[in-house]
Amino acid sequence: MSFQFDSLQDFIQMSGHGPFVWACYGITFAVLVYLVFSPLVRRRRLIRQHQAWLKQMDRVREVARQA
Amino acid sequence: MSNWQWFHRLGSPRWFYYKTEGWVPWLAAVSGILLVLGTVWGLAFAPPDYQQGNSYRIIYLHVPAAFLALIGYYVMAVAGAVGMIWRMKMAFVVMKSAAPIGAALTFLSLVTGAIWGKPTWGTWWEWDARITSMLILLFLYLGIMALQAAFQSRDAADKASALLALIGTVNIPIIYKSVDWWHTLHQPATLKLTSAPTIHSSMLYPLLTMILAFYIFYALVLILYTRAEILRREGRTQWVIDLVKEEAKKP
Repeated sequence: MSFQFDSLQDFIQMSGHGPFVWACYGITFAVLVYLVFSPLVRRRRLIRQHQAWLKQMDRVREVARQA
Repeated sequence: MSNWQWFHRLGSPRWFYYKTEGWVPWLAAVSGILLVLGTVWGLAFAPPDYQQGNSYRIIYLHVPAAFLALIGYYVMAVAGAVGMIWRMKMAFVVMKSAAPIGAALTFLSLVTGAIWGKPTWGTWWEWDARITSMLILLFLYLGIMALQAAFQSRDAADKASALLALIGTVNIPIIYKSVDWWHTLHQPATLKLTSAPTIHSSMLYPLLTMILAFYIFYALVLILYTRAEILRREGRTQWVIDLVKEEAKKP
């Protein structure tokens, strides 16, 4: 098993198929990265929303106690 | 564990959430390493195809993405069926989580296929059986995402989505068989369960590496989406309130 191209230039161009091949790898990895980060961001946002809700509930309870 | 205990535990969102917490870094590490390994192998070290030259290197993305797009549909439909039959709420969470992942993978298999088609067939798109049935698969995934968003009642959204997912399974064998049943530009399957692969081992091993990488990546992402959805649905339960309070203490 060896490197299949004569030079880095050759590797990038892939005898004319370079743009097609590299575009596929670029798009695919962009989508894969999105798939990992989108639920992580969503989880953080949900936790922050829940925290805001809990604070609001505390305030409601405080007001109810004073009344 | 007694015979059905695992099934009941699996049905508990809290159990799932905490159980999978430790799996995430391992799945991420293994899938990341395999993706890099398979990509470098496929792009640089696998030999060029004697007919297609270097454009065939797109196979290392196209086939794994298409594989998981189909398997992801089974995951979604089976989860929908389990949710309908046993009224297991975790199953609906998994079903909902599988939809955007499957849509992304179906989109990838269509896009990489189109880009591969241009230098190979001379066209980006052809309304042939394989490509059209994959496009229908994309619409099924998008339809389930739309149904999930369309109902006020979560119960109604889950049931409608599960029904559509089950009806849509008709499309899956059509996709598999489309290259045999109709004349098509698409090349026949490279990998088959019933016969030897039509690809040399120097190209097969990086392909299998990428398929394994996509499998593990799929498991990782499905768990991440499911965990986020659990937090959303269980937001008013005590264990999530405790968890949120715990998170607030972290810097």
